[in-house]
Amino acid sequence: MNALTVTGLEVTLLGRRVLADVDLTVPAGSWVTVVGPNGAGKSTLLRAIAGAVDYTGGIGFDGGSLDQLRSRERARTVAFVPQAPTRPDGMSVLDYVLLGRTPYVPYFGVESPRDIAVAEELLETLELRELAERPVTSLSGGEFQRAVLARALAQQAPLLLLDEPTSALDLGHAQHVLELVDHLRVDRGLTVISALHDLTTAGQFAERLVLLVDGAVVAEGEVEAVLTEELISRHYDASVRVVHDPHGGVVVVPVRERAVRRPGVSSGA
Amino acid sequence: MRLTAKPLLLSLAVLVVTVLLGLTIGPAGLPLRGVLVEIANQVPFVDLDGGLDERDAAVLWQLRAPRVVLAMLVGGMLAIAGAGYQGVFRNPLADPYLLGVAAGAGLGATFAIVSGSDRGLLPVTAFVGGLMGVAATYVLGRSAGGRSANSLILAGVAVAAFFTAVQTYVNQRNSDSLREVYGWILGRLLTAGWGEVLTVLPYVAVATIVIFGHRRLLDVLSVGQDEAGSLGVPAARVRLLVVLAATLGTAAAVAVSGLIGFVGIVVPHIIRMLTGTSYRIILPLSALLGAAFLVGADLAARTLISPGELPVGVLTAFIGAPFFTLVLRSSRRSW
Repeated sequence: MNALTVTGLEVTLLGRRVLADVDLTVPAGSWVTVVGPNGAGKSTLLRAIAGAVDYTGGIGFDGGSLDQLRSRERARTVAFVPQAPTRPDGMSVLDYVLLGRTPYVPYFGVESPRDIAVAEELLETLELRELAERPVTSLSGGEFQRAVLARALAQQAPLLLLDEPTSALDLGHAQHVLELVDHLRVDRGLTVISALHDLTTAGQFAERLVLLVDGAVVAEGEVEAVLTEELISRHYDASVRVVHDPHGGVVVVPVRERAVRRPGVSSGA
Repeated sequence: MRLTAKPLLLSLAVLVVTVLLGLTIGPAGLPLRGVLVEIANQVPFVDLDGGLDERDAAVLWQLRAPRVVLAMLVGGMLAIAGAGYQGVFRNPLADPYLLGVAAGAGLGATFAIVSGSDRGLLPVTAFVGGLMGVAATYVLGRSAGGRSANSLILAGVAVAAFFTAVQTYVNQRNSDSLREVYGWILGRLLTAGWGEVLTVLPYVAVATIVIFGHRRLLDVLSVGQDEAGSLGVPAARVRLLVVLAATLGTAAAVAVSGLIGFVGIVVPHIIRMLTGTSYRIILPLSALLGAAFLVGADLAARTLISPGELPVGVLTAFIGAPFFTLVLRSSRRSW
């Protein structure tokens, strides 16, 4: 069963067409990662699904259409973790997580006890209990990323979008956060779409990959089908070796093209 | 972050003390006890002895009380409007006179004074001028930069420059009324009975209710328009409603008090630095302390060089600027 269906999606920003005729289907409960070179439109695709940019085309979810939803309804369906979330000055972690309850709080109102209970439960799940009263500006990169994740989960939306969730994290923290997302996805039946620039990480965590180049989908499918030396070298203008990890998954290693440097040696012989 | 009892009670106490000082001190000193009894007697079914004599009661109810209440309304309104503007524009320099309100109101008042018409008309022309200034800013800002907050602020700068130029020209042509226009621009809280209070009350009430209603959404906006949008906040509508309410309240306040600067920028910042950055704290405390601040400033304005009177706008800057600097120095929180 498909959860998300994108058809003929087009986005034009400042007169430049960033996405052109993108079609995409994402099965319910799966994790799909969008990869592609810089400027390919990965973030824009996520932002369009989140309703943060104007678009033409159709975005459907779970049998309904997201196109005409009011921002409140949309925020109950799609939760978005931006690439570089703002850290509001002086706001505590608990209050930050409570921001995620906004689509459930009446326009002129404040949070109900139920909203606070949801936030408290998430603090527990994401091991933020100890940090609840700390200002978000004082958190480390990994701690803040967990707080952002908690805020997104507080929206209780079935679709979770992650835009480069690990870009500010070191290797260990990046793996920890992605494992956490995978665990939550299975646990809560979420459908996850992420944008990642690191191909190895993408190959390890996603079930399916979408390769986006110049605003168009050029390859889509199982990890092994998308992360090939041929596709990567053509679209990234890079030379790589793709290694199949015996423990599962694919590792993409950048290599230096020696042949170009030594004109005396024929590479074709 | 929730508002706790301590800062709330402390602010209330400050307001009560300044109001009592404002009511008792003046050319004709009133006894505190008598004033308290007079106030208590306003409560239905309370009838205490020991009130003021007839002359003092008239001073209290026809001179002091209207002026103190007007100072409370104007001071509270300017502080709330300032906090509201700072919230929607996420700009620490945003103040109630942003967006052409002050320049428009100033031009309106100038026309009323120069034309030599009935002074009762001045609040009306100042109010209309203020709203025209904001309307011009809004139309210009929309056509220039769509939904961005900065384009609106820049449009306000352009409109203010234009209106001020017109005002300067009109003043230069009518130099005999210059002194009076100048006096209005410096701000003054002259009242004749309760008329002014009743004039501004409905606008201040509506503006306050609307801005208070947005207290949580102003906190959500602190993550920026994009993220707030993904959390389900119609950011453009929130901004429009808060700006409209703050502007309406400011225009009404300006119409009866002239241009009293510094309250709207200093009071919310002091609260932000001393207590917290949530608008659930800043808005109620701004209302109380803005009111107290202007009552105190007005008291100083009318007693320091008694029997003369200083423009209260001069006093607000004179007291506010050093105090603000002190708090700024002792607080390590950046905006």
